[in-house]
Amino acid sequence: MSIVTVQLGQCGNQIGHEVFSALCSDIRGTHGLCSKKENESYCDSCKERFFCEEESGVPVARAVLVDMEPKVISQTLSMAARSGHWKYNSHSHFCQKQGSGNNWANGYSVHGPRHKEAIMNLVQKEAEKCDRLGGFFTMMSMAGGTGSGLGAFVTQCLRDAFPTSFILNHVIWPYGTGEVIVQNYNSVLTLSHLYQSSDALLVHENDVIHKICAQLMNIKQISFRDVNQVIAHQLGSVFQPTHTVGEGSGYSRNPLGDLMETLVPHPEFKLLGLRNIPQMPENSLAYSTFSWPGLIKHLRQMLIANAKMEEGIDWQVRPPQHGSSIPSTNKPLHFNTSIANLVILRGKDVHGVDLGSFQDPSLYTSWLNPRDAFSAWKTPRAFNKYEKSASLVSNSQFLLKPLDSIVGKAWNMFASKAYLHQYTKFGIQEEDFLDCFTTLEQVISSYTNL
Amino acid sequence: MTQSVVVQVGQCGNQVGCRFWDLALREHAAVNKKGIYDEALSSFFRNVDTRSGGNGPDIYKGKICSLKARALLIDMEEGVVNEILQGPLRDVFDSKQLITDVSGSGNNWAVGHKIYGCQYRENIVEKLRKTAEHCDCLQCFFIIHSMGGGTGSGLGTFVLNLLEEEFPEVYRFVTSVYPSGEDDVITSPYNSVLAMKELNEHADCVLPIENESLFEIVNKINQMINSGKLGSTVKQNSVVTSSAGSAKTLQEKPFDAMNNIVANLLLNLTSSTRFEGSLNMDLNEISMNLVPFPRLHYLVSSLTPLCTLADVNVPSRRLDQMFSDAFSRDHQLIQADPKHSLYLACALLVRGNVQVSDLRRNIERLKPSLHFVSWNQEGWKTGLCSVPPVGHSHSLLALANNTCVKPTFIELKDRFMKLYKKKAHLHHYLQIDGMEQSCFSEAISSLSDLIEEYNELDATKGGPRIDPSRLKIAV
Repeated sequence: MSIVTVQLGQCGNQIGHEVFSALCSDIRGTHGLCSKKENESYCDSCKERFFCEEESGVPVARAVLVDMEPKVISQTLSMAARSGHWKYNSHSHFCQKQGSGNNWANGYSVHGPRHKEAIMNLVQKEAEKCDRLGGFFTMMSMAGGTGSGLGAFVTQCLRDAFPTSFILNHVIWPYGTGEVIVQNYNSVLTLSHLYQSSDALLVHENDVIHKICAQLMNIKQISFRDVNQVIAHQLGSVFQPTHTVGEGSGYSRNPLGDLMETLVPHPEFKLLGLRNIPQMPENSLAYSTFSWPGLIKHLRQMLIANAKMEEGIDWQVRPPQHGSSIPSTNKPLHFNTSIANLVILRGKDVHGVDLGSFQDPSLYTSWLNPRDAFSAWKTPRAFNKYEKSASLVSNSQFLLKPLDSIVGKAWNMFASKAYLHQYTKFGIQEEDFLDCFTTLEQVISSYTNL
Repeated sequence: MTQSVVVQVGQCGNQVGCRFWDLALREHAAVNKKGIYDEALSSFFRNVDTRSGGNGPDIYKGKICSLKARALLIDMEEGVVNEILQGPLRDVFDSKQLITDVSGSGNNWAVGHKIYGCQYRENIVEKLRKTAEHCDCLQCFFIIHSMGGGTGSGLGTFVLNLLEEEFPEVYRFVTSVYPSGEDDVITSPYNSVLAMKELNEHADCVLPIENESLFEIVNKINQMINSGKLGSTVKQNSVVTSSAGSAKTLQEKPFDAMNNIVANLLLNLTSSTRFEGSLNMDLNEISMNLVPFPRLHYLVSSLTPLCTLADVNVPSRRLDQMFSDAFSRDHQLIQADPKHSLYLACALLVRGNVQVSDLRRNIERLKPSLHFVSWNQEGWKTGLCSVPPVGHSHSLLALANNTCVKPTFIELKDRFMKLYKKKAHLHHYLQIDGMEQSCFSEAISSLSDLIEEYNELDATKGGPRIDPSRLKIAV
C-alpha cells in the first residue's frame, strides 16, 4: 500500500525533503545486515510505499508540495533533483506568491478555500497513481501561517474527499522561546481543528530535537537542516517496512492502518509521541555496540519517566504498585501513563527480543487490556547504518505538559486581546478562539485523568 | 515572489531613497553574478527592453536588459529630483515616475497635504496604478519621508491616505525621519504632529528615525576607522554609512553617510523576502508579529555590525557580540531606551552564516536583561536569511515594539503645545483651504491617545504577574 505525503509550508517542505532523502539513502545502502531476500523485500516495500517508478528509473516521491510563496518549494525541488537518487514529480506542487504572514486565519480562511480545488486535484492525481492507497501523511508546523492554517484546512478537505482513508498529521511544535510571536495562537487553532479531521497527530518538538543535536549528536552550530535530519531519521525508523505479524509473513501492507489500530483506540486521544534510540553522530556508529536488553530497558524507562532522549533519564520513577487499582490522583508524580504503545525494532537478532516489560499492566490506564495496549513490529533489516535501532511510538501523557504550556501561554495572550485584530480581519473571531480553547482544555483534562 | 514599490516624498525622502536604490543595485550585483533577471531582483526592479525606446513591455526572464526601479519620486521642488536624474542613477528611473513642482511647500504641512494633495491627486493615483500594474503580486508600499517639513510630511501623508484607499490590501511601511529638538524649522512640531495622526490611522508599520542617532553612528564609525587598530583594515563596502562600490563615486554629500544607514535598514528589512533562508521572514510576518494592537505600530530599529574588519575570521564570540550590539543604544536609529522600558514584541532578522542554535543561544542570554510585557514573555520573532549584506559575513536587524518610543512622542507633544498655546505661526496653516482649528485639536488628541495607550502598558511593568485563570472543563 502506498502513502501520499502532503508537505505544507516552509517547515513541512524542508522536513519532507529530508525524510525522502533518508528513506532513499537507507534503501540504497548496503548495510542491511540481513539476507539478500529480506533486503530486496524491504526495498521493494519501501519503494511501493513512498515512491513510484518513472521511465528514467529515478524514484519519484509520492508527494504533493504546497506553500504560499515560491522560494522554499523551488529550493526543495532542485535539491532533490540534484541528488540524482530520487526526485519529486515536477508537477506535484502548488505555490502562490505572497505567503500567509504567520497568520493562521489567512492560511485557513483565505488561502484554503481559494486554492482548495487546485491542491486537491494534485492530491487526487497522486492518489490515483497508487495501486492501493494506504492513507495520507501530512507534514506541517503549528507555529506559522501556511503549514498551520492551510494545513488544517487541507486536512479537513482530505477527510471530506477520502472519508475512509487514514490521515496521519506530522506536526512540529516550535521552540518554546519564540520563532514566531503568535505561535501559541496558531498552535491552539491548528491542534483543535486537526483533532476533528485527523486520525492521529505525530508530534516532534523543536526543543527536544535541538537537545538531541547538541548532546547526543555533538553538533556545535546546529542548523535547521541538522534538526530536520534527526526528525527524518526518527520518522524513517517508524515508516520503513516491518513485519507486524510474526516472523515469516511479508512486510506490512497497511502501515498507517496498523498504526491507528494499535495506538488510537479512542478518538479523544490522538496525540502520539516518538522516541528513537540509539542516536549518535555517524562517525561514532562503527565504534558502538548495543544489546537489545539494554536498549529495551532504556526505552521503557524513557516511556515511564517521560524522558526525551537516552541521556539524563530519571531512573527513580517507577510505575505504581502492581495489581491494585489506583485512582489517578494517587499515581506517583512524574509517572507517564500510557494508553497504548508501539515498539519498533530493526536490526540484528531482532526476533528473540523479550518485550515483556512493556506489557506490564501498571504502565497503562485501566480501560484497555494490556495485551491490546502494546504492539511490536520488527525487521531484521538494519536501518540507516544503525546495527540496532529501537523506536517507541506512544499514545501517553508525553505531550500533556507541552500542550498545557502552549494553551496557557495562548490563553494569557488572549486575555489581553493582543493580536486578535490580525485574526478577525480574516474572519476568525473571538468565539472561534474560545471554541478552540475549550476543545484543547478537554483534551488536556482527558489526558490528565488517565 | 512579491514586489514592493518605494514612494519617496520630499527632499529627505528623495535623498534617502536615492541612496537606497544605489545600495540595492550594489547588493544585487554582488549576489547575481550571471546577469540574469531573477525573482530577487524583481522585488524592487523591473527589467525593461530599451530597444523600443523604453516603452517596451517588461521582460520577466532572461538576461538583464535595463533595470528600472519600482519607485515614485515626488517633490514639490525640483532640485533634489533633478540632481538624481542627472546623476549616475538616471537610467534607473523612468521619467514617468516623477511628480515635481517648483515652489516647494514652505515647510507647511497644510500646503503639502491640502493644496498639493488636491492638485496632484489624480496624477499620483494614475502613476501608482501604473507601477502596480507592472507588479505580478504587489505586497508592500514603502514610503520614505521626513516629518518636520512640508512636502515629505504633508504630501507624504496624503499619499499614505491615498494608498489605503486605492490599494487597501497592500501593506504600508513608512520610514519617517523625526525632527530633533534643535531643528531649524520652527514649525516642525506642527508638521510632525499633524503627520503623526495620519501615521496612526493609515500606516501598517512605522520605522521612526532620528537624525541625532544617525549622526552618532557616523561619528562612531569615523572614530573606529581612524583609531586604526594595528594590522586590521576596515572593508570599505561593509561600512553601513558608506557608498563604496555603488554607482555614486563622486564627492559624498554630508547627509549621504546618514542616509546610507537608512538605506541599509530597508535592505535588511526586505532581505528575507528577496533571498532564501532556513527560516523566512516576510514583510507580512513583520506586521503580523510586531503589531499587537493596531495603533501600536512604531518599531525601534537597530543595525549591526556597523562595519567589518577586513581580515578577521569571525569566531562564535564575535557573533554573540553582534547580538549584544543590537541591543545597545549605539546601534539604534532613534534616541530611546528600550532596555529600561517595556518590550511588546521583538524581531531579529539575521543574515549570513548564522544558524538556529546561535540565535537561540543569544536569545537565552539576552532575555533576562529585557522586560517583556506579561502576556508576551516569549515575544520573539526570528528570521534566518542565508545571503549576507555586501562586505559582511553576517548581520542582524533588530526591530522592537517597545514603549520607549513614548518619551519621543511626549517631547513632540510638548514642543507642539509650546507653539500652539501661543498660536504661533498658526495663521500660515489656517489660511489654507481645508484647514481648521479642529485639524490641530484632532491631531494632538490622536497623539495623546497614543501616548496613553503606551502609558497603560507601562503601568503593567514590574507589577505582580497574575495569569488569568484557565477555562474549567467538567470532568
